[in-house]
Amino acid sequence: MPKVKVPRKSTSVDMTAMTDVAFLLLTFFMLATTAKPDEPVTVDTPSSISEIKLPESDIMQLTIDKDGRVFFMTDAQPVRASILERMGEKYKIQFSAEEIKKFSLQATFGIPMSQMKQYLAMSPEEKAKTFFPGIPTDSLNNELGDWIWQTRLANNEVRVAIKGDRDANMPTVKRVMAILQEKKVNRFNFITSMEAGQ
Amino acid sequence: MAEIESGGGGGKHKGGKKRGKKMSTRVDFTPMVDLGFLLITFFMLTTSMNKPQTMEINMPDKTETQDPTKIKASQTIILLLAKDNKVVYYFVDAVTGEPGTPQITNYGAGGIRATLIKENRDRNKNVDSIPIYKQMLNNRTITEEQYRANVTAIKSFKDGLIVVIKAADKAKYENLVDILDEMLILNIGRYAVVDITAPEVEMLKTVNLE
Repeated sequence: MPKVKVPRKSTSVDMTAMTDVAFLLLTFFMLATTAKPDEPVTVDTPSSISEIKLPESDIMQLTIDKDGRVFFMTDAQPVRASILERMGEKYKIQFSAEEIKKFSLQATFGIPMSQMKQYLAMSPEEKAKTFFPGIPTDSLNNELGDWIWQTRLANNEVRVAIKGDRDANMPTVKRVMAILQEKKVNRFNFITSMEAGQ
Repeated sequence: MAEIESGGGGGKHKGGKKRGKKMSTRVDFTPMVDLGFLLITFFMLTTSMNKPQTMEINMPDKTETQDPTKIKASQTIILLLAKDNKVVYYFVDAVTGEPGTPQITNYGAGGIRATLIKENRDRNKNVDSIPIYKQMLNNRTITEEQYRANVTAIKSFKDGLIVVIKAADKAKYENLVDILDEMLILNIGRYAVVDITAPEVEMLKTVNLE
């Protein structure tokens, strides 16, 4: 009896299908996630059991860091552009179209109006190195109040969220809350993180 | 790679015409798969899927000219958020209107939570049925609307505990969030964040927590 010859089969696997799967997943992740907006300060938020999610749009976020500096952020680029124009009118500072465009691309900032022009002229590398003093909140120079008011005029659907650091000091937090009340914002949100061990 | 050579170089014909070697048109996709999964991993690690949680708070309208709302002393507990993660609480005597002795406690289950549970239970007997309603909701015995209606009714019970939260300047923001979180945990529906007054700052001085 002759030996049975086992036909030699190629062991190569077609990888095309796997590539398809990999790139399909990649596309899904790229579309489903939004990039984190860059923030000039890192804030460690306190935890809570609350499960209310922060809405994605129509948000005005006031960040209070542990040194008591206040940063301001609002979404939607057209809204940001119109806010800067109005603020420029109020503080008698003329902003060029270029500067307004730069500002509308900037998510979070914490700089007094007097330094706004210099700030907008900075390159991203310079911004990363600069120390930001935060937005003035004192009653003589209540710029934060003006920012809040102008944002509400530009977008009356806006919701206010306060993102405070665990160690943010109470006078600053109370001052920010008082400014919000002055500007007739009586309902606002505290951004918290998920309670550990839940 | 994903392929094991098995054909042997396609043997030479002896003395025959020289022919161009037939090359396979198949491309090895393995590195492309590697690249694809590498990028997936990168995106999964750099992006945050979960949106931040928030806690809602309502403050009274400051522009109102009418007198501030009056509340009964007998159903009120006043919490002073002091430094070093301490809470000082006191009651106001219903007859004389004099503030009671300040008690010092801390945040967390054994501290202020125990006090608040006891005081709330004393004034609002129904508060313990909220977990039962929650259980019923999980078992689908009641609908979401029924659950909400019941919880709202219990939380807004008119003789229930009213918590007045006053934060001292030395307190941290975390303390404020903690105490508001406590209100959520204990289903206390009636609370307010109010500015601290001068006599209360004095009271904190007497317990060395100013």
